Amino acid sequence: MAKIVGTITTSHVPAIGGAIAKGLQNDPYWKPFFDGFPPVRDWLASVKPDVVVVAYNDHGLNFFLDKMPTFAIGAAPEYRNADEGWGIPVVPPFQGDPALSWHMIESLVAEDFDLVTCQEMSVDHAFTLPMALLWPEQKWPVRTVPVVVNTVQSPLPSAARCYKLGQAIGRAIASWPGDERVVVLGTGGLSHQLDGERAGFINKDFDLKFMESLVNDPTWATQYSTVELVELAGTQGVELLNWLVARGTLPNKVRQVHVNYHIPISNTASGLQVLEPA
Amino acid sequence: MPSIKSHQPVPGTTIFDGEQARKGYALNKMCYSFNDAANRKAFLDDEDEYCTRYGLNAEQRAAIHARNVLQLIAAGGNAYYLAKFAGIFKLDMQDIGAQQTGMTKDQFKARLIAARGN
Repeated sequence: MAKIVGTITTSHVPAIGGAIAKGLQNDPYWKPFFDGFPPVRDWLASVKPDVVVVAYNDHGLNFFLDKMPTFAIGAAPEYRNADEGWGIPVVPPFQGDPALSWHMIESLVAEDFDLVTCQEMSVDHAFTLPMALLWPEQKWPVRTVPVVVNTVQSPLPSAARCYKLGQAIGRAIASWPGDERVVVLGTGGLSHQLDGERAGFINKDFDLKFMESLVNDPTWATQYSTVELVELAGTQGVELLNWLVARGTLPNKVRQVHVNYHIPISNTASGLQVLEPA
Repeated sequence: MPSIKSHQPVPGTTIFDGEQARKGYALNKMCYSFNDAANRKAFLDDEDEYCTRYGLNAEQRAAIHARNVLQLIAAGGNAYYLAKFAGIFKLDMQDIGAQQTGMTKDQFKARLIAARGN
């Protein structure tokens, strides 16, 4: 049976793509962010995943507001990146795993998670940049399954619902008869707000409490409504819903392998955390 | 039944809900089209014609013309789509943040760094 070997949760700010393209990893502004990743790559080399399930939000590449699924899952043989409008380089395509995708769809729908299924799907920076941070050579050694959460158009799925989706994904993977080793990658956040007079809002206390909660009290954030999460973490900080999906896939007891937090990259408090089953 | 909290106000913040999504549909659809380089060029070649093609209302056209992010949000714009509009002019998120908060870019960047605290 397939096994979830751990989760990685990280910010996905578009400016990371520009920094990678310009080779700014050791620039003083960027170094505290990029320096968070070598320990994650070491961990990946030891756990050797076959598949990465990526929980993220699309920012208007694959989905527009004409059809906005609350939850969607990819079931394609391949996922391609494309121009998102502001010129960061497009990365090489990602191999899918349609058989595992369809197993997850069967299992999730049987548990009353009625996801939109996508046999064609573009993946945006929220998927591609975290992958490029994990595998800087951009030769992806894993198959992928995208899981898309609506963090764009309210009403958003609740934090509690996102956590439960993660739990159901965990059960779906555990019931897959293959022997794949799976990492779940959750992207976005942490606190930031791009829009309105409150632009530039960052909440370090909340972010640190949130990351700590994922280790010791994983449903802590589910006490909040999504609008309360906007108040605490900013309009785009609510992307932490993707972190809750990832965390939900792990058992209650976990071990923190690695953590990094830095303010700011672009307008965002960047977070990075690796957890594995205890 | 749980209370519906999606209309609870957050200061300085417009929650992009159904009301905003309806109001801003044409504007956001135009911004979504800017994923395509040919459309970005078409906009720059004839901005008024491009706005007409997407059916923008007077408020949306004025906000686009002014490159004013707060006005664009008031007209129903969503941050993720507006970012594609801003990208045409090579504006980064600190430019946009500075404009919305009435700061200089350096002041806005200093405020972000101040969020580190101790």
